[in-house]
Amino acid sequence: MGDQLTLGGYAFDSRFILGSGKFSLDLVRAVAEKGGAQIVTLALRRANAGGAANILEYIPNGVTLLPNTSGARTAEEALRIARLARAIGCGDFVKVEVIRDSKYLLPDNYETLKATELLAKEGFVVLPYMYPDLNVARSLVDAGAAAVMPLAAPIGSNKGLATKEFIQILVNEIDLPIIVDAGIGRPSQACEAMEMGVDAIMANTAIATAGDVGEMAAAFKLAIEAGRRAYLSGLGRVLEGQGEASSPLTGFLED
Amino acid sequence: MNLNYINHMEYLPDMEILQSDVMERVLAGVAAYDYNQYTAQDVERVLQSTNLNLNGFGALLSPAAQPYLEQMARKAQLETRKHFGTSICLFTPLYIANYCENHCVYCGFNCHNHIQRAKLTTEEIERELQAIAATGLQEILLLTGESRTASSVEYIGEAVKLAAQYFRNVGIEIYPLNSEEYRYLNQCGADFVSVYQETYNPDKYEQVHLSGHKRVYPYRFYAQERALLGGMRGVAFGALLGLDDFRKDAFATGLHAYYTQKKYPQAEISFSCPRMRPYIHNAYNNPNEVHETQLLQVMLAYRLFLPYAGITISTRERARFRDHVVGMCATKISAGVNVGVGGHEEEQKGDEQFEISDPRTVDEVDAMLKERGLQPVYIDYVRV
Repeated sequence: MGDQLTLGGYAFDSRFILGSGKFSLDLVRAVAEKGGAQIVTLALRRANAGGAANILEYIPNGVTLLPNTSGARTAEEALRIARLARAIGCGDFVKVEVIRDSKYLLPDNYETLKATELLAKEGFVVLPYMYPDLNVARSLVDAGAAAVMPLAAPIGSNKGLATKEFIQILVNEIDLPIIVDAGIGRPSQACEAMEMGVDAIMANTAIATAGDVGEMAAAFKLAIEAGRRAYLSGLGRVLEGQGEASSPLTGFLED
Repeated sequence: MNLNYINHMEYLPDMEILQSDVMERVLAGVAAYDYNQYTAQDVERVLQSTNLNLNGFGALLSPAAQPYLEQMARKAQLETRKHFGTSICLFTPLYIANYCENHCVYCGFNCHNHIQRAKLTTEEIERELQAIAATGLQEILLLTGESRTASSVEYIGEAVKLAAQYFRNVGIEIYPLNSEEYRYLNQCGADFVSVYQETYNPDKYEQVHLSGHKRVYPYRFYAQERALLGGMRGVAFGALLGLDDFRKDAFATGLHAYYTQKKYPQAEISFSCPRMRPYIHNAYNNPNEVHETQLLQVMLAYRLFLPYAGITISTRERARFRDHVVGMCATKISAGVNVGVGGHEEEQKGDEQFEISDPRTVDEVDAMLKERGLQPVYIDYVRV
């Protein structure tokens, strides 16, 4: 296979990560299939070991589980939740979410960095959800993150690439995969992010709130693929302002 | 000491006093709130805006907004979907005691109402918990009447410890405590505290709370802050709609939650929207002018003002109303409810606080949610 997404030594053909927290569990399988998603996130706080509606039962075979630490308010809590996830058979992947704000659900970068360091030391494949800050992203690389997951806009807001400029900086400067997480509201925004050179998209609310959840997942799949191909093929030049001067300013040079 | 002579705005000995200005801010906000000043144009402007402020919240609670209920409902449903998806949390209350030392004129548990009083023993609590756990529920709300003598903090603590063995999530709805007592119950396994102010109008509050510790308005008001200082994850707010001017009380409830969350950003907040209900020896206790239309208006205004807050829909309401508000604005629903003391496994030992309107079992509510395209969520929190 040519163009694959590699996370912690694992390769994926799909660049669409599906969030499962906001729609009916019995739809997860169909939605993952229609969207071609090979990674599905899972809120451990929703995973009932042994109880009713155990989310693990709804995840299709062959799909990599990405448990998240949602509910954690500190690095320590994130660590304990990740260990629990591993203990109930969710594997080594973990998406770090440390949130101390119930209103906007913005990630706490400082605690996220600490959690990433602790989890990487324990052998987890750590994907930290973060506010797009270049310095923190560099520190996350040093801490052993397997990717960086900057938010595009507040979770659930469907507002699109509100942090576009800062995500572009991360794409330019960080050598790990950049996965845009949170805020992507429509396929065109996912496509735009992919055109920028982002490595993968995670979406949840945009799909969960669609009229036809499966069809929207399929639309995201196509948009993400289109954006990726556009990025790989090199976007055409976009002329700015008045176009090119007919007499070049540097035409006087004689070598 | 005759508690009738308690100044309802002054703390009693042993009541913890916090440094906080939230109560002053809420009371000032409500005093300035004149819901008759809003026009249809104000409401339309608010419904078009994307960032609802306090003034917009006031407009949505006003009589001028009532003709816009359908638009509010559509907007609320979108917000609910954005923040909660299709998830609806399920839980049930368990009353472990109904002794009460307060005289609240609107409540079936009040100390002068001649009802069958009871308190479950540890063994009885455990059997009740087992019976409820067998329904598949993973979240429970433990309730008592408000009597420190009959249901001490230690007694409640033992009940919480037991509940934590059978349930992943334990909430409490008991008399207000000091922060250290909340910390103790948090260590026992509780992490969510519901305290309702009933009415935010201090004059009305004084008139309907004739005696008992509950008569002290500010101590009750700051219960949520003390709970959060004691380490609790979240707190619920509510006014008993119909007791006083419901528009002002709903506005105050929203402000109380808003300022509290602002001060404690990590706190999860939620609303309950109880209306007055008939109770034993008072079949005529009713929600006055708060009909379903007004109740829904309040719930929608809460959702649009604080779209991230949970809203719980009570069994005080009939099944059809409950079925339609879950997913539109409510995010949590009780099922398999008995509001007497015991009654899940044991024969009911003490009388109920009020009459319920929706007796459906957990399975029935689960099926209803799925039929409506919603996802029943039995646990939404991992305690680590």
